[in-house]
Amino acid sequence: MKFEIGVGAFILLGFGCALALAFSSTDVRSRLGGASYSVTARFSNLGELRLRAPVKIAGVKIGEVASIRLDPERYDAIVSLRLNSAAGALPTDSAAAINTAGLLGERYISISPGGELDALGDGDEIVFTQSAIVLENLIGKYMFGNGKGSEPAPATDAPATETP
Amino acid sequence: MRELLVRLGALGLFGLRILSSLSPQRGSGSDLLRQIYSVGARSVPIVAVGGAFVGLVMSLQGYRTLTTFGASNALGTLLGLSLFRELGPVLAALLFCGRACSSMAAELGLMRTTDQITALEMMAIDPVRKAVVPRFLAGLIAMPILTAVFCAFAIFGGSVQAVWVLGLDPGHYWAALQGSVSLIDDYGQAFVKSAVFGAVLSLIATHAGYHAEPTIEGTSRATTGAVVQGSLMVLFLDFLLSALFY
Repeated sequence: MKFEIGVGAFILLGFGCALALAFSSTDVRSRLGGASYSVTARFSNLGELRLRAPVKIAGVKIGEVASIRLDPERYDAIVSLRLNSAAGALPTDSAAAINTAGLLGERYISISPGGELDALGDGDEIVFTQSAIVLENLIGKYMFGNGKGSEPAPATDAPATETP
Repeated sequence: MRELLVRLGALGLFGLRILSSLSPQRGSGSDLLRQIYSVGARSVPIVAVGGAFVGLVMSLQGYRTLTTFGASNALGTLLGLSLFRELGPVLAALLFCGRACSSMAAELGLMRTTDQITALEMMAIDPVRKAVVPRFLAGLIAMPILTAVFCAFAIFGGSVQAVWVLGLDPGHYWAALQGSVSLIDDYGQAFVKSAVFGAVLSLIATHAGYHAEPTIEGTSRATTGAVVQGSLMVLFLDFLLSALFY
């Protein structure tokens, strides 16, 4: 009898701990958090965007990055976003941009809702996207290119009026 | 090198022998219950206290390091990821090895020394099925449960330290945990690892005890060997599993 009580209490304690852990300190709530749908978006450069990075509207998290793959024909990154249905429907002309939290923080996707009446459904694509800003390129342009460093130099000299 | 191969081979054959005599029979349930009690339930205090102190000290040290970067709000992330991925399963397994595997090996070694195993064979009772299998299964079942207890106490201890002593915001602590610890990749991995550790540790301990030299020194050598080999094996397998998972 003593063993049965001890083992029963032991197993109960173990499952209690496992459940409490799962709900207090893992992302189980966001996994269970209601219905979701996925949309895709193409970016020419993801920067440091990772799987499970947050997707935000107005700073509020409404979903996460579900998968990232490369389009082998166009060499674009195709990002699949899993969005909570509870956050409301998104207009079809919404725009997605990859932003950085703070100067060196994590990448996240920020969505700016558009004005169309039709809503994005499951599997639709967000057409208007803005890729990640690569800090090194910006610094390079600033230092060497006078803001136009990445473009090939025109054959003829630029008109003098354009540069201050 | 040759000796190592011979030992590994003997261990593998013993594992196969245990697997082949896994079929339940009369009375094996109560044997198993008794073993889970002595191996698992009675290891809870040491595992819980160990977990709480690991959580406390990791919170303290992590806070010192993170504040230098102004990132003390990431303390929950640091604690959760390192605990679920490495420290929880490994430290729980090491505590289990010292607390339970030593007693498994000593019991079986004493049974060998006092000819109880021979007596079982004389009565046509398979000693592996009667004495070894319940201990092996008990280790396999108890280890994930003990890991859950360890992690729960560590997370709780870490939150106590972070919130009450260091003055961190509890919302930040729990949000960092919930935001960064993945249910399957991190949390699930703790249990996969601990199940592997449980099986390997109890296999090593029962093997060492069952094949102990039938003397007093033989029993003590088997006990020491079980703990030393088990601990080394846990650390080695942890590296292997981590390398496999990522």
